[in-house]
Amino acid sequence: MTWNWRAMRAMMRKDLKQVTQNKMVWLPMVIVPAIFLIVFPALVVVLPTLAPPSEFKADDLAPLFRQMPEQFKKPLEGLTLQQQFTILGANFLFAPMFLLIPLMVASILGADSFAGEKERKTLEGLLYTPISDMELFVAKLLTALAPAMVINVVSFVLYGLVVNLGGYHTIGHIFFPTVTWWPLVFWMGPAVSVAGLGATVLMSSKAKTFMEAQQISGTLVLPIVFLMIGQITGLFFLSIALMFAIGVVIWGVGIWLIWIGAKTFSRGELIARI
Amino acid sequence: MDEAILTEGLTRRFDGKVAVDRLGLSVQRGEVFGFLGPNGAGKTTTVRLLNGVLSPSAGKAQVLGLDVLTQSSEIRRQTGVLTETPSLYEALSARDNLLFFGDLYGVPEDKLPQRVAAILEKFGLRERADDRVGSYSKGMKQRLAIARALLHEPALLFLDEPTASLDPAAARMVMDMIQELSHNESCTVFLCTHNLAEAQRLCDRVGVIDHGVLQAVGAPRELARQLWHGIWVEIDLRGEPPSQVREALQHLPAVRSHSTEKDRLLLELDDEESIPDVVAALSGAGGRIYGVIPREHTLEEIYFEIENQGLGNGGGAA
Repeated sequence: MTWNWRAMRAMMRKDLKQVTQNKMVWLPMVIVPAIFLIVFPALVVVLPTLAPPSEFKADDLAPLFRQMPEQFKKPLEGLTLQQQFTILGANFLFAPMFLLIPLMVASILGADSFAGEKERKTLEGLLYTPISDMELFVAKLLTALAPAMVINVVSFVLYGLVVNLGGYHTIGHIFFPTVTWWPLVFWMGPAVSVAGLGATVLMSSKAKTFMEAQQISGTLVLPIVFLMIGQITGLFFLSIALMFAIGVVIWGVGIWLIWIGAKTFSRGELIARI
Repeated sequence: MDEAILTEGLTRRFDGKVAVDRLGLSVQRGEVFGFLGPNGAGKTTTVRLLNGVLSPSAGKAQVLGLDVLTQSSEIRRQTGVLTETPSLYEALSARDNLLFFGDLYGVPEDKLPQRVAAILEKFGLRERADDRVGSYSKGMKQRLAIARALLHEPALLFLDEPTASLDPAAARMVMDMIQELSHNESCTVFLCTHNLAEAQRLCDRVGVIDHGVLQAVGAPRELARQLWHGIWVEIDLRGEPPSQVREALQHLPAVRSHSTEKDRLLLELDDEESIPDVVAALSGAGGRIYGVIPREHTLEEIYFEIENQGLGNGGGAA
């Protein structure tokens, strides 16, 4: 079949336009990245420059160093404690946020896009248009995924600017990102978003409103994801190959969830639940 | 082919309950067809089946010559549907709503903005075109919903209770629009309603559905004839009929029955053709006739007669 891209583009444009009209939806997507990827990192890299060098104690970093593989310790050798604090803060402390934020954006937009039509009683009118079930489904997925990816990349760029500029005084050269960031941002982030979106799509088919979809995914899905992400952060101390492999698993789970969602996404099913 | 809609044994069950039961229906192109029945009779389910939004449990249907099972997307491209709830995006403006649906229905991209502007003008929404639909009155929303259903110039328009939630003035405006549409744009209209006065005014033919079963179908006058066999005529005599007139009535084979109502004589005749003869005979018998008024059965009378007895049971005179 040939895809009706014009209808799908219109669908996405309409959904995103609606998002800009709904503070409850877009506000967290702006505030959370702003706080966690700009304000806090700025503090973390700038504060060490304000404290006297005597404030930094090697003992504070000792537990971290014990877990850290040699390859990571090497670049830190010969640096002052102040520099070590800055580099570790910038490169490790905020890494989980780069999984959480795309996940959050994808699931908020997914819930709004899928459950929102039902909530606003606009689904029936939509089902009478020529758009096919699959086109509608894919357009709704992209509505959630595309902004998640854009926010992910924009956050990465802004974060890079903040920590490099903020830490320049201490380090004296550009020190971010380290090589592990690339698979994190461009492989794991999208994988986690797809998995979260897949879960949200399944939840949204049961929910009648955006809030309900959000609550279900908030209480059921997110704790599991948090747990997962907590574990993934440890990956930072692992090899890129292993990180890549775990990404494959998450991609697999995500694609599987979306495939289940796609199978149950049909006009007949949707209209019966109006 | 001449049928806009043709169904055969169209059936839809939900969890064992039959919503539409072996529906056999044919709607001609260009006509306004009224689909009448109480709430929950199966009207909305029928519209969903005919647009391929629901698939039938059994039977088949063709809409505009296309099969509902295999060509549903193409059908939906050529039909417009006004649903019972307006299905508009309230956070968006009227213009954005129409542009969105224009994209979905595949209105040519270069013509879409002008067409949207023209239809907003036509439906009296130009001045508020860029306001959020959420701020509109019910009547305005309904007008916009109809504009949306017509934007892609459908060959077949489904209207589900188009005036149900409107005040009388807004309802009248909507009815005027439907009438204009069928006259000027040669659009086929499938009108679901339980407002019988509305159906009487608009519809060329009606079908009555109840519990998913089509009870009767035809032009209102035909249905009346099937239900009551003859036609009814009031003869205005300005008083009790004189005895010669009563006598004459006994000898007129075209008169099936007669009664008096105030100072009028009420006759049931075989058909319209017998009116002149009967009038001449009564006049010849000395009756002073001030007026002859054919009495049409209202759709309401027809509807309740069908609901009460069904046509299949061979209904007698009311």
